[in-house]
Amino acid sequence: MKIAIASGKGGTGKTTLATNLAAYMAESGSVVLADLDVEEPNSGLFVRGDLLVGETKYKMIPEWRGDTCEHCGNCQTVCNFNAVLSMADKVMIFPELCHGCYACSELCPTESLPMKRHPMGELKHFRAGQLDFVESRLVIGEEQAVPLIRQTLDYLSAGFSEDVPWILDSPPGTSCPVMEVVKDADLVILVTEPTPFGLHDLKLAVETVKHLDKSYAVVLNRFGIGDDGVLRYCEDESIDLVTRIPNSRAIAELYASGQLLYPVVPAVARAVADVADFIGNHLTGRRP
Amino acid sequence: MNIAFTTQGPDLDSPMDPRLGRTRYLILLDDETGDIQTVDNTAIDDVSHGAGPRTVQKLVEMGAAVLLTGNGPGGNAAEVLEQTGIEIYVGAGEMTAKEALEAYKNGALKKHGGA
Repeated sequence: MKIAIASGKGGTGKTTLATNLAAYMAESGSVVLADLDVEEPNSGLFVRGDLLVGETKYKMIPEWRGDTCEHCGNCQTVCNFNAVLSMADKVMIFPELCHGCYACSELCPTESLPMKRHPMGELKHFRAGQLDFVESRLVIGEEQAVPLIRQTLDYLSAGFSEDVPWILDSPPGTSCPVMEVVKDADLVILVTEPTPFGLHDLKLAVETVKHLDKSYAVVLNRFGIGDDGVLRYCEDESIDLVTRIPNSRAIAELYASGQLLYPVVPAVARAVADVADFIGNHLTGRRP
Repeated sequence: MNIAFTTQGPDLDSPMDPRLGRTRYLILLDDETGDIQTVDNTAIDDVSHGAGPRTVQKLVEMGAAVLLTGNGPGGNAAEVLEQTGIEIYVGAGEMTAKEALEAYKNGALKKHGGA
């Protein structure tokens, strides 16, 4: 079962929930935790294990061969992403803009744009007890997270049964990288905070997951600050509010020192247990 | 010599557009004949990525030798400009095109890159 931990607003506690939930669930069975926020993965700050696999991930981009090019300009015409520029005497490729669609390469009449491997990120797979932790990290300067997220999900599919819970720590926001993570999920947990900003972005996230026709529920973090806007919204919209994690200095201090919270903070232990129960019930409910 | 401007409007009285890739208009002035060529670049709004190189390509097609602009090129646009030999002068973002021309002639604009 794939559980995406997402949010609209950044910094609401996706990684806090994902790492604590995964470690908690791994006490009673196998769990996969994947950090798919490839632009700035940080689950690895809280989960330590033995490195099993470390590999470079590539995307395919065209490489121009000036000796055979006839400067017809077709490559630029067919590129939807402005990644190929056909100048009078040369063709320029912008690897960060390239989506690896092969159009320029396949449609080049003189085969002057063969596709070559271009490193875009590093995938690492750690194991700690019953917890398998996979993270991918985009190379600095790369603009596209989606291809690396896709390949990381492919890595998970190749190595792990979907009978095991997959906790997918998603990027923030509601754009393509989030959609890539959420679109295959069986359940989306949206983490937010009780502030106007948290509510605003929660609404965007809810619209996104509704559009993708996903089951979803909300976890309210830093409860005690702000206002009751998120509570009222969830009530009005009949959205499941799974649990509340209180705002606390102790939590912030533990987080800042890279420690898991649930073994030390009872309120977090209750919250992750609530989420694990919710997931368990959701799973049972899905099966006839 | 052909001098190009990034502008917000179609004539030399228009304010300069400080942006290169997403400039509203490109104006090309032949400073010997006084001939003016204007290109409407507003369709660049539909381009989500790669605006810089596309606009530079237009400059090349127009035959610009010098470009007067505001902020200067981003990374991709600069990479293309390097191949073209077009000289870039920046810092004219708050002027009209005419004022930018005067500033250029008086040596008051900063040359981008190089010495």
